[in-house]
Amino acid sequence: MSRRTRILAVFSIVAVVAGAIFLALSYGQSSRQQNLVLATTTSTYDSGLLDYVLPVFEKRHNVKVNIISKGTGDSIEIAKRGDADLVLVHSRKLEEQFVKDGYGVHRVGVMYNDFMIIGPSDDPAGIAGGSNATFAFEHIAKAGAEGKAVFISRADKSGTNMLELSIWSTVGLQPSNKTNTWYIEAGAGMGAVLRMTNEKNAYTLTDRATWFSFRSQLPHLTVLVEKDRILLNPYALILVNPEKYPQRNYKTALALVKFMISEEGQRLIESFRKENQMLFFPIAREFQLANRLGFPSQEHEVEWYDSQELELSFVELIALRGNLETFRFESDS
Amino acid sequence: MNLILEGLVKAFWLIVSLDREVYEIMFLSLRVSGIAVLIGALLGVPSGATVGLKEFFGKRFLVSIVNTLMGLPPVVVGLLVYLVLSTSGPLGVFQLLYTPEAMIIAQLIMVIPIVMGVTISTVSSVSKAIKEKALSLGATNWQMTLRVLREARLGILTALIVSFGAAISEVGAVMIVGGNIRWATRVLTTAIVFETELGEFGLAIALGLILLLLAFIINWVLTYLQWSGLRR
Repeated sequence: MSRRTRILAVFSIVAVVAGAIFLALSYGQSSRQQNLVLATTTSTYDSGLLDYVLPVFEKRHNVKVNIISKGTGDSIEIAKRGDADLVLVHSRKLEEQFVKDGYGVHRVGVMYNDFMIIGPSDDPAGIAGGSNATFAFEHIAKAGAEGKAVFISRADKSGTNMLELSIWSTVGLQPSNKTNTWYIEAGAGMGAVLRMTNEKNAYTLTDRATWFSFRSQLPHLTVLVEKDRILLNPYALILVNPEKYPQRNYKTALALVKFMISEEGQRLIESFRKENQMLFFPIAREFQLANRLGFPSQEHEVEWYDSQELELSFVELIALRGNLETFRFESDS
Repeated sequence: MNLILEGLVKAFWLIVSLDREVYEIMFLSLRVSGIAVLIGALLGVPSGATVGLKEFFGKRFLVSIVNTLMGLPPVVVGLLVYLVLSTSGPLGVFQLLYTPEAMIIAQLIMVIPIVMGVTISTVSSVSKAIKEKALSLGATNWQMTLRVLREARLGILTALIVSFGAAISEVGAVMIVGGNIRWATRVLTTAIVFETELGEFGLAIALGLILLLLAFIINWVLTYLQWSGLRR
């Protein structure tokens, strides 16, 4: 063996061993956590709400909440396959189907905000200042057909997309059509669609929270239509049915819902601000309002959640204090 | 133009200030792709060498299949791994979806055909004379195989470079099976997609630069190894 080969050999061995040790170490660290999977909409995550509210819960219960942020449709599909422990979504139709099919249990309203129609400041469809979303959609479609306006749709079965489609059907239109060049189906999250709308000087439907989070990046756009009753946007929390998927972390999911709809959780949601704007309004304990926003049995559900004790065994109590891994086994069983 | 400049400045600060999130994302990328290539090499080199050296019925067919799989689209791998690991899938009991392990599995499936394919072709191209000479000098089959692998080491090293490059720069599969969960399964490529959508171009550029830098360092080390191997 020449000297060079020897150096080379030593170098390679050192590199491989160091790499293996590093990999083993970093590997052990991350697998030692108690995990919860929350499938939710892009609006709650991209706006920063969850990063603001969840750390309090994570710290208290020694849990890592893994957030999958997709549209409402995707989130519910993920939960139906048993790949999430609970969902935080906004589409009454899809939610009720999810519960009816036996995949979700104890649907409860947690907060709401609202949608608005935004578009270019020069407003070629002439809808600015109105408060009738259906009327505005009609005008956008008309201007679109004349080649003056473009509408960008999420086209991803998100809550926003579901509402948009229901408004189109009220108008009596089926815009998803290859020949409708004014109707763009993006298949992307709210943030991406807002950026695209800005680039293309187009119209779109957005929730207030994402709009305020992105507003500084959207110089061409402005709010044109808001405050229509049909534009209210209530969010629901639904647990994945433990009878369907006993292997999921039902107990911890329950603890998270209890936290979110508790006085403390609701106050946290209320105190979240972006550019000095309140983005989400709590409704869990405003029963009348919740009833009107599509949660007919809100009072009953909140009572049920309040009555659920977090049955902590002795081992779990120690684990909560001592950060032990045992917690995981207990709560999985 | 402003956007790019601002992004570059922010990128520079994120890198020199050792931003915790940026570095965690980087190490997760290295860990996932590193383990995938390591396991891929352990499985792909021996199997590739066996196929390359032995003559058997259907060898040509098998080699064509391996070569086809070398170009396996990452999103397809992601989709398959997703369906298999999902709680309602065949391996659902292990609860691996949305974990780094799932990402390693997906990348491993991409890496094995690359390592195997390149090993087969380099081993086959080692001249027959060497094999015959080794055997005529009384080497056992096992010794002959080791001798051939030694001759083919540069090609195998190339296989590792190529597969690591493919793994660490791949976005489709890790996005699907990892879910791009912050502090858990967010790697460089999925973070770039995500931050670009959020308009956080500084962070996106920083992550892009780190990805390039990592690829460069690793290629530089391996190329150095190749060259010093050649000079002997």
